[in-house]
Amino acid sequence: MSYAIELKDLHKSFGRTEIIRGANLAVREGERVAVIGPNGAGKSTLFNLISGRLHPTSGDVLLHGERINGLPPYEINRRGLSRSFQITNIFPKLSVFENLRCGVLWSLGYRYTFLRFLANLHDANARAETLLQQVGLARKRDVLAANLTYAEQRALEIGITIAGGASVILLDEPTAGMSKTETTHFIHLIREVTAGKTLLTVEHDMGVVFGLADKIAVVVYGEVIAFDTPDAVRANPRVQEAYLGSPVAEAQGGMH
Amino acid sequence: MTPSTSADSFYRFRPLNVGRFAVWLLFAIALIVAPLLFTSSLAMTMLSQIGYLIIICLSYNILLGQGGMLSFGHAIYTGLGSFTAVHLMNLAGEGRVPMPLVLIPVAAGLGGAFFAALFGYVTTKKSGTTFAMITLGLGELVAAMGLMFPSFFGGEGGVTTNRVYGKFLWWDFGPQIQVYYLIAAYCFVCTALMFAFTGTPLGRILNAVRDNPERVEFIGYNTQRVRYLAFIISGFFAGIGGGLAAINFEIVNASDSLSTIRSGGYLLFTFLGGATFFFGPIIGAVLLVFASILLSELSKAWLLYLGLVFLLMVMFAPGGIASLIMMNLRVASFGKFRRLRGLYAGLAAAAVLLIAGLAAIVEMIYHIQLDAALGPKVRFIATELDTSSSATWALAVALAVAGGALLEWLRRRFVQVWGKAQEEIEAEIKRKEMGA
Repeated sequence: MSYAIELKDLHKSFGRTEIIRGANLAVREGERVAVIGPNGAGKSTLFNLISGRLHPTSGDVLLHGERINGLPPYEINRRGLSRSFQITNIFPKLSVFENLRCGVLWSLGYRYTFLRFLANLHDANARAETLLQQVGLARKRDVLAANLTYAEQRALEIGITIAGGASVILLDEPTAGMSKTETTHFIHLIREVTAGKTLLTVEHDMGVVFGLADKIAVVVYGEVIAFDTPDAVRANPRVQEAYLGSPVAEAQGGMH
Repeated sequence: MTPSTSADSFYRFRPLNVGRFAVWLLFAIALIVAPLLFTSSLAMTMLSQIGYLIIICLSYNILLGQGGMLSFGHAIYTGLGSFTAVHLMNLAGEGRVPMPLVLIPVAAGLGGAFFAALFGYVTTKKSGTTFAMITLGLGELVAAMGLMFPSFFGGEGGVTTNRVYGKFLWWDFGPQIQVYYLIAAYCFVCTALMFAFTGTPLGRILNAVRDNPERVEFIGYNTQRVRYLAFIISGFFAGIGGGLAAINFEIVNASDSLSTIRSGGYLLFTFLGGATFFFGPIIGAVLLVFASILLSELSKAWLLYLGLVFLLMVMFAPGGIASLIMMNLRVASFGKFRRLRGLYAGLAAAAVLLIAGLAAIVEMIYHIQLDAALGPKVRFIATELDTSSSATWALAVALAVAGGALLEWLRRRFVQVWGKAQEEIEAEIKRKEMGA
């Protein structure tokens, strides 16, 4: 059986600094994984390596059993992996609807065509409208993305990420910078729109972690030191030692 | 996924279509009627140039406004389109290539697209500043090559041709009016095609690449490919514009038509017209012709004035004239234009004073520097200025200072009134949103 995502002895160095030091991880289809760890542990780097933003120094990344390291981001996206960003990454001068429709186009096969009108692509428009409803931005349909509130932009970011119908979704701190109530609402939204998909999410907020994930991967110092159910991870002595148990790490590490 | 029948029911078409049809009809009528209203030979020259420059500036804006690509070498593609046209016309004139004149611009467009495909392969690998630098380098390179291959580019003298070598229906395209209508027809069709392009998947993804190239990579698109394809399409229309220019002048000169100065002109006027709106470059093309034909006739210092206008535009209205128009239309559509009318009149009056004063000073300085031998008198609009009279200088300075002070005072009031109007509009939109 092949995994949705598999990391095999992944290494990444920037110059002489090794950030990822032999990470191994195997995520089954449909699993919902929270990646946690102290700041600077390499969680975002791991996401960048999986999504093609960075290329590993050595080791392999497999998507549905196929080796994808070294491929550019768009090739990986076409193979069914989509990601969001920690810093909001949308198309500010396009309307909310256009943002979502851009995310839809490739997956429906419209590619680079300039011989058809967007207005006539009924499937793409219908999908964008559905997404608009799903992420709760129907009222803001024709507003420029730049003019949305921060929470709305985060929702749009999720919308663009799921627009292409990818089966593997990576969310990099989706609730960063949100208020408590916004976060609660947002977790609900993420669960809804990623139902049935493989989900990996980097998260600091333990509430979000337990709300979203059925498995937790603990990244410490460039390695995945534990990957198990929340209860098992909490009971894991290595995790306690390296991360959960140490009050110093807790103070530095943003376990809220 | 939602079946497409239910999709249609909630996919909203905006009620823009009637208005849009009217705009295109007006554009067509304007192109047809213009030479009947302005019949002088100067007007014919200007209208013809406006026609193909509209195509060129619009093609440039595919790069600048729609793709966020600041190209300093657009004249390469118009210029090489011109050369393609000239050589084809000569071959056709000798009977060696069976191509009617009306198809020459299409061939020139293919020429432009070919060279855009060739050079764009290098330039569109990069974006932003690097892209701009490479286009500048390539522009200089091709311009220099223009003098290295005299057999193709005609050296210093350029290549001449004769557009009258056959008939299309009953026209032989000898008279300027027939050439104008050929240009006008191309202008309309190309404008429509380029507008259509903005509504296609590639056109929209090009906007996305302009806004945020990194994100585009993560929704399945190769940004280099997007830029490359847009670059070729832009080159195609640039080539058509260049081909029409060649038909219009019957001569192409490498040192002029491939030059970086020419590229800079396209950039400048596309920006002045407004790169953020589709129709902005059309305004830019009209201004380009008025500036280069009329303003240059009026004053030796025309480039100085042009530079000043460009400077002010970049600082105060980076969206160009098109954005100024659209912002005021927005205010008007909310019924708040009336309160601005008086202020606009005042600003205009103050600007006239300031410009008159400044222009008088500039013209007198130019006169002293360049034409002192012709005596102290210099013609200035309806009057004559005396550079030897200190009273004239004092008057000019006084005009400029008074105009400037008045303008600044009115500007401050205008900013307040304008800001208040905008706030009210925002509030109104919010209210509608809540109600919806």
